[in-house]
Amino acid sequence: MAKEVQGEIQNPIIRVRDITVQFGATRVLDGLNLDVKRGEILGFVGPSGAGKSVLTRTIIGLVPKLAGSIEVFGVDLDSSNTSQRRNVERRWGVLFQQGALFSSLTVRQNIQFPMREYLRVSQRLMDEITIAKLTMVGLKPEVADRFPSELSGGMIKRVALARALSLDPDLVFLDEPTSGLDPIGAGDFDELVRTLQRTLGLTVFMVTHDLDSLYTACDRIAVLGNGKIIAAGSIADMQASQHPWLRQYFHGKRARAVMG
Amino acid sequence: MNSDPKLERIAKGNALALCATGTWTASFAPVLERMVADAEKLAGGPQSIFIDVSEVAKLDTFGAWLIERLRRSLTQGAVEAQIAGLSANYSSLVDEVRRVRANPVVDSSTITITGMLEQIGRAVAGVAGTVAGLVDMLGAVLAAGARTLIHPRSFRLTSTVHHMEQVCWRAVPIVVLITFLIGCIIAQQGIFHFRRFGADLFVVDMLGVLVLREIGVLLVAIMVAGRSGSAYTAELGSMKMREEIDALRTMGFDPIEVLVLPRMLALVLALPILAFLGAMAALYGGGLVAWLYGGVQPEAFLLRLRDAISIDHFIVGIVKAPVMAAVIGIVACVEGLAVQGSAESLGQHTTSSVVKGIFFVIVMDGVFAIFFAAIGM
Repeated sequence: MAKEVQGEIQNPIIRVRDITVQFGATRVLDGLNLDVKRGEILGFVGPSGAGKSVLTRTIIGLVPKLAGSIEVFGVDLDSSNTSQRRNVERRWGVLFQQGALFSSLTVRQNIQFPMREYLRVSQRLMDEITIAKLTMVGLKPEVADRFPSELSGGMIKRVALARALSLDPDLVFLDEPTSGLDPIGAGDFDELVRTLQRTLGLTVFMVTHDLDSLYTACDRIAVLGNGKIIAAGSIADMQASQHPWLRQYFHGKRARAVMG
Repeated sequence: MNSDPKLERIAKGNALALCATGTWTASFAPVLERMVADAEKLAGGPQSIFIDVSEVAKLDTFGAWLIERLRRSLTQGAVEAQIAGLSANYSSLVDEVRRVRANPVVDSSTITITGMLEQIGRAVAGVAGTVAGLVDMLGAVLAAGARTLIHPRSFRLTSTVHHMEQVCWRAVPIVVLITFLIGCIIAQQGIFHFRRFGADLFVVDMLGVLVLREIGVLLVAIMVAGRSGSAYTAELGSMKMREEIDALRTMGFDPIEVLVLPRMLALVLALPILAFLGAMAALYGGGLVAWLYGGVQPEAFLLRLRDAISIDHFIVGIVKAPVMAAVIGIVACVEGLAVQGSAESLGQHTTSSVVKGIFFVIVMDGVFAIFFAAIGM
């Protein structure tokens, strides 16, 4: 058993090899390689339009790829059958940029939607777990019966995170979780992601633009440019890098402000 | 790695230990819930209780919550149940779950007779609201129109032309096709029944009067309500959902002037044109069937048509078109601007835009029929 656990730790939870994605004549990702290790928070940065969201959507399977292979939890998503794939999907949660809550369902129904589909659990337990999840993401239980249109932007992000976590996934994808939040709210959210990662043992794949998030929440950072990963490592590695975009990004006015 | 979860009872002196083993995760939730419900019956006993979780192989929120639920129900009076043997990995999760307030919020959506009566009452009161909303919109559109007349430069020509293309030009093929087929059917049915008493030729009278006075414009109006009314509602509704209309307002634009007026104008201009084309297509279809199926030569058809109808019939039909267009446009825009935040609301308002649009078109047609009968046209 110990050996097995060891093996699981060594094998990356996401293994992306030679991914190429093309829209019309534009090649967005060009032979990209990326590993995400178990239990880490990976911050994924890059200039706007570099294809950060495209990579996320490719891994999740929403964007078709031209070439390459993707393994999640050691399952090759191309050669897997439906039940294997469903099994993988049950173990990951996705937080979309705009939240993507179902607008005609209440917060409670939104969070319980994946549970109803995948688990056979009593209504009482689902209700209690819903409240537990809402508490975890820092919301009051009273929010449960509101509709998404009655929530503020920050609350939508939190509810969307609660829904992404509703099946207790091992892996969560966060697409710009702090965009559109005020700095304090964003800071809280980073803290929340950290706490949840610690309590639930999550692996987090976070696309972000927020320097604060990189400094406070992420264990490792990967930088996307020209369709490839141009650098990956700790925040110190990023600051030491001589790549022009990285220099500008980590030594610009805003970065200096963040570092104090 | 996954093993069935168990909850064993072990007596230790005057204390009772509940040993949890195996995988306590969401996949085993039904089993876990039953076990926990069983163990909850131990509550109220004299001895103190420990829940030993040191042998749990895997724990997630579901398992942690069920252990917490068990702890809470076993804690009664002076006896306090305790969780023991918590590994460092899971202690923060259990702490997190401990903060959860227990009483679940109850869903209060039961159906009662008073509730049903209340709904009927609200629906009836809603009718008055609907009419008020329509009158309100009519007034707003007329006011915006008047403002545009005073300041012609604020008129949005590009937008109007764009909407003309959408509701008029692009609607021509389907409108012409359907009215052509309806003309064919009317003529065929007419000939079939009139032939029994040798009145074949009177089918031309029926076709001409019916198509020009009623069917042409009514059918086209219904098609436009379904085709363009719904599109208007969906467009305005999704703009409302994404706060685009609020954005316009904050920039100092009047949404009525920018969005509603060009659409209304396009519709009011389009419907007479479509009604005219539709009437011509129906007459052509009817004439074709009369010739091929009823043996009425085209010359005879035209001669008879000239005798049967006058310009009055045509005017009666075409005068109704802009009024019906205005009704469809107003209903569609009112519904579009009434959309709330959800996708469901958008669907509801689009449906009711089409239903109300068609209903008001038919009501208007009835009003016109009474009016024209009164003035003898």
